[in-house]
Amino acid sequence: MDAPEYSITTRGLNLWYGQFQALVDVSLDIPARRITALIGPSGCGKTTLLRCFNRINERLGYVTTRGEIHVLGRNIYAPDVSLLELRKAVGMVFQRPNPLPLSVYENVVFGLRLHHRRGELPRARLDAAVEQALREVGLWNDLKDRLDTPATRLQLEQQQKLCIARLLPLKPQVILMDEPCSALDVNGTRAIEELLFALREHYTLVVVTHNMAQARRASDECIFMLLGRVIEHRRTEDLFLNPRRPETAEYIEGRYG
Amino acid sequence: MSETPLETLRRHRPRWDRVGERAVEGLIRLCGYSAILFVLGIFLFVFREGAPLLPKLDWGRVLLSPEWYPTSRMHVRYGVAAMIAGTLSVTALAMVLAVPFGLGAAIFVSEFCTGRVKETLKIVIELLAAIPSIVWGFIGLSVTNRLIQTYLPAPVGLNLFNAACLLALMSVPIIVSIGEDALKAVPDSYREAALALGATRWQTVYRVLLPAARHGLLAAVLLGVGRAIGETMAVLMATGHANQFPRSLFDPIRTLTATIAAELGETAVGSDHYRMLFVIGLMLFTITFIVNLLADLAVRGVRNKTG
Ligand SMILES: Nc1ncnc2c1ncn2[C@@H]1O[C@H](COP(=O)(O)OP(=O)(O)OP(=O)(O)O)[C@@H](O)[C@H]1O
Ligand SMILES: [Mg+2]
Repeated sequence: MDAPEYSITTRGLNLWYGQFQALVDVSLDIPARRITALIGPSGCGKTTLLRCFNRINERLGYVTTRGEIHVLGRNIYAPDVSLLELRKAVGMVFQRPNPLPLSVYENVVFGLRLHHRRGELPRARLDAAVEQALREVGLWNDLKDRLDTPATRLQLEQQQKLCIARLLPLKPQVILMDEPCSALDVNGTRAIEELLFALREHYTLVVVTHNMAQARRASDECIFMLLGRVIEHRRTEDLFLNPRRPETAEYIEGRYG
Repeated sequence: MSETPLETLRRHRPRWDRVGERAVEGLIRLCGYSAILFVLGIFLFVFREGAPLLPKLDWGRVLLSPEWYPTSRMHVRYGVAAMIAGTLSVTALAMVLAVPFGLGAAIFVSEFCTGRVKETLKIVIELLAAIPSIVWGFIGLSVTNRLIQTYLPAPVGLNLFNAACLLALMSVPIIVSIGEDALKAVPDSYREAALALGATRWQTVYRVLLPAARHGLLAAVLLGVGRAIGETMAVLMATGHANQFPRSLFDPIRTLTATIAAELGETAVGSDHYRMLFVIGLMLFTITFIVNLLADLAVRGVRNKTG
């Protein structure tokens, strides 16, 4: 294996919602072009941690963050960091598929339209971006004749794939996913998992999941969290086969969840 | 298996409890239907008072001529064209002022404010809605009247522009509060989707929220229009009440509503003049009915979209 290259590193990350501390001293190194799963019982802070990486937590006025987060080698809290550039480089997929109330086509080019002036986006460039993004997530054949349908009319699985596809034209390096399969059925889940493997080649994926089997199947590394702390972070098979910490063992055996 | 658990439950409750429930249900139903009753009743009353004149009117004249001489000895004429023009122009101008301002404020309150500022603004806007129209009329007579005469090239201060400003101020609170509701109803997941793609807040507003909330925002605007068309006291006091076609922003005008308010007390009940004022009332009824219907259709558009 080649030398580890980290896409995201955190040091001493603490986060408070008002008075309530949701993350305690989180220090992590998340490797590039791997799938890293975030697991842990409900309320342990998985979503909160994920939402730190693109600073979307800051929407809420009452959030305080301390500590360091480096994404792609840059401190994202440095004053000269552009939030827009950060979010271009770090895409996010949400728990419930949330395509915008626009056509399939417009959903895919939405990011491009945000970051480029109208003159820089000839139709041909948009068309090419749509085709490439939809091909990459395996929707092109299904949707190429229906690019004008409202995205909210698609099946949930297609919606979620579309939500991944709309990140791709911005050429992100990291994709954050918060329980991307929790709204989907078995087939949808399998389809998304296969997609994760395909995307791993080019992107760093951080995937929150509630589903232990999924973490085991579909990740290279696994981070187990409990009450806002990282308890254990190792290669997935090691973590599941011989967990070092008793809490991890208890969790993967299903004693709390 | 002939009884559901719910039915058994019902039967075992005390008798007066059931009677009480019936009574309350009936009362609530009555309140609901009474709204229909009142609207119908008012319409029928207005119609009954105006109806005897309807067949006698020369509608071409009424709708196209500005000549309103209801008390002339020689030749009575009931042309309301200038008043219709007055009502429409003052409403249109009011909306030109109120819509950008009202929607801007709605966006600001809903998307750019939090906590204290937001609560304070909402309360102040509601206060603005609670100011009685006679007070606006006073402001029109004294404050804006003088301001217009001093700072604008207008010979008289009581004119189209003055009244439109007042109407704008009166409809802004409606546009803001209903517009804000419409924006608030847009799911937060849309905002997060846009922000996570690197949208600025303003991009989120105009690329996502405005299109998503467009039906509700349209309803807000139309209800503002309804407010402006129906307003009487403030326009009676601030327009100058001159029955002529407006040729500039600073011409005095007269509206349909103000005409009724000013003249109804002077007419003999049952006279043609009296009946003509009710016919004007019917016209207003029709206009506001259409506006409200449009607003309703707009809101329904929202439900069909989301539901
Ligand atoms: N917006 C918020 N305001 C206040 N507290 C919050 C907020 N979001 C999360 N929390 C709290 O922070 C803690 C961590 O929540 P978080 O959503 O990150 O957990 P999670 O691991 O994603 O849980 P789940 O598996 O249920 O999604 C919880 O105790 C939660 O109550
Ligand atoms: Mg979560």
